[in-house]
Amino acid sequence: MLGKFFALFFGVCSFLFSMQTHADWALNMTQGVTDVSRSVYSLHMQIFWICVVIGILVFSVMLWSIIHHRKSAGAKAEQFHENTAVELIWTIVPIIILVAMAVPATTTLIKMYDTSESDVDIQITGYQWKWQYQYLSEDLSFFSNLSTDQDEINNLSEKNVNYLLEVDEPLVIPVGKKVRFLLTSNDVIHSWWVPAFAVKKDAIPGFINESWTRVEEEGIYRGQCAELCGKDHGFMPIVVKAVSEDEYLNWVTDKKTAIAAEVAAAARVWSLAELMERGEKVYQTNCAACHQPSGQGIPPTFPALKGSVIALEDQDAHIDIVLNGKAGSAMQAYAAQLSAVDLAAVITYERNAWGNDTGDVVAPQLIQSMVNSK
Amino acid sequence: MTSATSHHHGPATGMTRWLYTTNHKDIGNMYLIFSLVMFFIGGTMALIIRMELVEPGLQVVQPEFFNQMTTMHGLIMVFGAVMPGFVGLANWMIPMMIGAPDMALPRLNNFSFWILPFAFTMMLSTLFMDGGAPNFGWTFYAPLSTTYAPPSVTYFIFAMHMAGISSILGAINIIVTIMNMRAPSMNYMKMPLFVWTWLITAFLLIAVMPVLAGTVTMMLTDIHFGTSFFDAGGGGDPVLFQHLFWFFGHPEVYIMILPAFGIISQIVPTFSRKPLFGYSSMVYATSSIALLSFTVWAHHMFTVGLPLVGELFFMYATMLISVPTGVKVFNWVATMFRGSLTFETPMLFAIAFIVLFTIGGFSGLMLAISPADFQYHDTYFVVAHFHYVLVPGAVFSIMAGAYYWLPKWTGHMYNEFLGKCHFWCSFVGLNLTFFPMHFVGLAGMPRRIPDYSLQFADFNMISSIGGFLFGFSQLIFVIVVVKCVKGGKKAEAVSWEGAEGLEWSVPSPAPYHTFETPPEVK
Amino acid sequence: MNAHKKLVLQLSTATVGMFIFGFALVPLYDVFCEITGLNGKVELVASNSSNGGIDISRSITVQFIANTNENMPWDFVAKDREVILHPGANGRAMFSVKNNAANDMVGQAIVSVSPSIGAKHFHKTECFCFERQELKSGESEDVGLVFSIDPDLPASVTKITLSYTFFDITELVATR
Repeated sequence: MLGKFFALFFGVCSFLFSMQTHADWALNMTQGVTDVSRSVYSLHMQIFWICVVIGILVFSVMLWSIIHHRKSAGAKAEQFHENTAVELIWTIVPIIILVAMAVPATTTLIKMYDTSESDVDIQITGYQWKWQYQYLSEDLSFFSNLSTDQDEINNLSEKNVNYLLEVDEPLVIPVGKKVRFLLTSNDVIHSWWVPAFAVKKDAIPGFINESWTRVEEEGIYRGQCAELCGKDHGFMPIVVKAVSEDEYLNWVTDKKTAIAAEVAAAARVWSLAELMERGEKVYQTNCAACHQPSGQGIPPTFPALKGSVIALEDQDAHIDIVLNGKAGSAMQAYAAQLSAVDLAAVITYERNAWGNDTGDVVAPQLIQSMVNSK
Repeated sequence: MTSATSHHHGPATGMTRWLYTTNHKDIGNMYLIFSLVMFFIGGTMALIIRMELVEPGLQVVQPEFFNQMTTMHGLIMVFGAVMPGFVGLANWMIPMMIGAPDMALPRLNNFSFWILPFAFTMMLSTLFMDGGAPNFGWTFYAPLSTTYAPPSVTYFIFAMHMAGISSILGAINIIVTIMNMRAPSMNYMKMPLFVWTWLITAFLLIAVMPVLAGTVTMMLTDIHFGTSFFDAGGGGDPVLFQHLFWFFGHPEVYIMILPAFGIISQIVPTFSRKPLFGYSSMVYATSSIALLSFTVWAHHMFTVGLPLVGELFFMYATMLISVPTGVKVFNWVATMFRGSLTFETPMLFAIAFIVLFTIGGFSGLMLAISPADFQYHDTYFVVAHFHYVLVPGAVFSIMAGAYYWLPKWTGHMYNEFLGKCHFWCSFVGLNLTFFPMHFVGLAGMPRRIPDYSLQFADFNMISSIGGFLFGFSQLIFVIVVVKCVKGGKKAEAVSWEGAEGLEWSVPSPAPYHTFETPPEVK
Repeated sequence: MNAHKKLVLQLSTATVGMFIFGFALVPLYDVFCEITGLNGKVELVASNSSNGGIDISRSITVQFIANTNENMPWDFVAKDREVILHPGANGRAMFSVKNNAANDMVGQAIVSVSPSIGAKHFHKTECFCFERQELKSGESEDVGLVFSIDPDLPASVTKITLSYTFFDITELVATR
């Protein structure tokens, strides 16, 4: 009875595996877009089918007994309780199957461990709760934050199709080139995982780990942090854009220009309106998860900013805590993570939003000089 | 019949009976009731988790509290429900199965039990502390559990020490009892499988619980006394924590399944009216599993950056452990084959165990394939795997044992109809809850997240519905047990046709003191 | 009574033996790690530069990464991001370090090497990671390391990455 149910279930499942149409009801691992991911997928399917076959064999025998050897059908129990030949067979045959499985598994693992002769090296640092990407042979480094609106998370607006899998700054890599990843962490253990590449490696504070990929198809690939790292472990996704080599080189140049322009932008005068507009975006991305879109926080762990002393009064203390964080708490030092314009904008926003209305305008140039010469 | 040391009064009266008892039956009952209470507490936490995960978005709890729920659910179920449940069954049945009057160290037995309510009161009280309960997962990796932990981590460590002491003392008691107090003609290869599996489990406990104690002590000194075992800044290594934890952790999961194997090995022969197939292979297979369990720990760490040689070794060793496990499954099926089967509730649970535990074993074999594990690790595929081996594995075996031995304990047959209801509702509920987790894991859903992207929504809703069905079905079990204690059809000494073993030679209910003189064993 | 005494003696010997074994594990682990080359990721002790000649038939790229842990307010930059050298030759790499905080601080640089097979063959004869760095508020410093790579580094390894992470140990040092 039970065995029959499961035989049917397995049959249905194997049929369904073959019709991967609707992403919502996805049953199986992705084949991915790299040679390694395809090898991993075939290993997965091989071991899966071995298990299915063994399962069907074993459960069929059980099912047979349940039907034909029931007392109510008049079955009389035999009394055998040993059979050396059978026991030897069902010990040795599984060992042979396992050895057979171990061979392709070993080959694939050796492939996965070979990080040599890479074309691009990227250092990935896990932070609570975002990723930092640094292109080692370029002077290029930026943070990548979840960009899903807090309103979607709090069920105040409809969730978009890439809900929780979208970021403000994706990692961009060239297709067809070997990209080597160097992983570490700023605080606790995180793990960088992109299913389409079959790349997953832990990011450990104080240590460096390596992995690599060679993406064969242009596209956007999404992943998530795969090691519990605190409150927002589920809210620090990964987005990788794989583009042609030309597009990649252009992007690198454009990005560096953009970053330089951002630094230069601190020199000019910014109006309150401009700072508020920028500040709201920065706040949503970096601050709202803890301090809430409403500024009310989740006291006592995440203090309120709305109506708070620090946002209404001591501007120096406010700037200090945003730039340098608060030791012993989850409040990070944002000086190294945000541009001077972003820092000035978010502080201005916090001092004027939600009815705080101090009228204070924090000049990006002030922040820039504070960051430059401490 | 009368000797200078035998007593002819029954149990003591009043509340202090339970505080001071040294009787293995009383202590067995206390462990079992404790385990059931913890099961419901841990289960409530699971339902809070499933309520949050029924739909995308944050509806019910905040992420910090969600992390506390996942952590405490794991800790309570592993250390508060499953382990004490098996110890309760051991206490009740081992002395009777070997023809001994009680455990070898009865006062130690009492102490081992009474540590637990205190340990778990401390553990649960962390929910009400500043900063909340432990929120770093039941595997409590450093530095999330050291530098970045809430203040309650210290009480968590203390509670773990207490629970560990309870397990170690209990294990010592079991080994001494089995080695020294078997009836004269019961040599080792005549012992029931349940006794064998507990003997081996007790050695595992003594070997690894001290490792856990050492590890949490190292955490304590890192947090409070300036050491840097797990802190790279002081020359230490977070991965050291993982090695130490899993060196305990892997044998721990075998500690949680070996007694189950023993229970199933008692039940299936009874309801097949046929001896267990391959008794000695079962003993050797169990011993192999126990020995091998010390060599596979790093398969929980395939993504931390182990050297290639290490990664390969652990893959091969983990694959190997499926061989003796498979042998046991084949032996149970061979026991049923050409038997004369009936399907009372204990047998239903046992058959479900064999099928569903095997499915959990298959996903375990898939996880062993290290390159594939890069896609499975820390996803719901792992959650599906361990819930299959623990829920229809360990938990079902405890319930099977309860149904099987309730007539012996109470003198009454339980209500068979309600028992079957409990079984079928649990069976459907658990499969609805945990089977879809294979799919969402393969599709890319990580573990320990309070919110997820839209493509995982449909299966998560099914899991949540199944979770509530499974959870509430356990109330039927409570009803069955309470009704059985209070009354029911009178149970015979041999309560089940086909039941073999010394425990069935004493009356039902078993007298307060049994085997005050050792029996003859054929 | 003799049987009891004998048992007590055996058990006491076993207990004492286990304690001694625990302490003996300290030198035993050192030997084990040396033979197997495990724990190659972190090496905070100076090693002798490799003897033997320079292998000019191959070049190894050594990559340097500089990090600070947990938002430590120090600027830590690798001045030499990559050094290419032959196995057996001596190389040097410089870093600059600046304390941006308002208070004096003490930092410890922790080094991690990848791939781990490279760690066994990588020798630091001088390194700022061997000692703590004390920097007054606003002070900056150039620090460096001198290193060499064994010629018997496996041929498959052509690039070794050294990641330095500065940890703030100001408070740790103060309590000692």
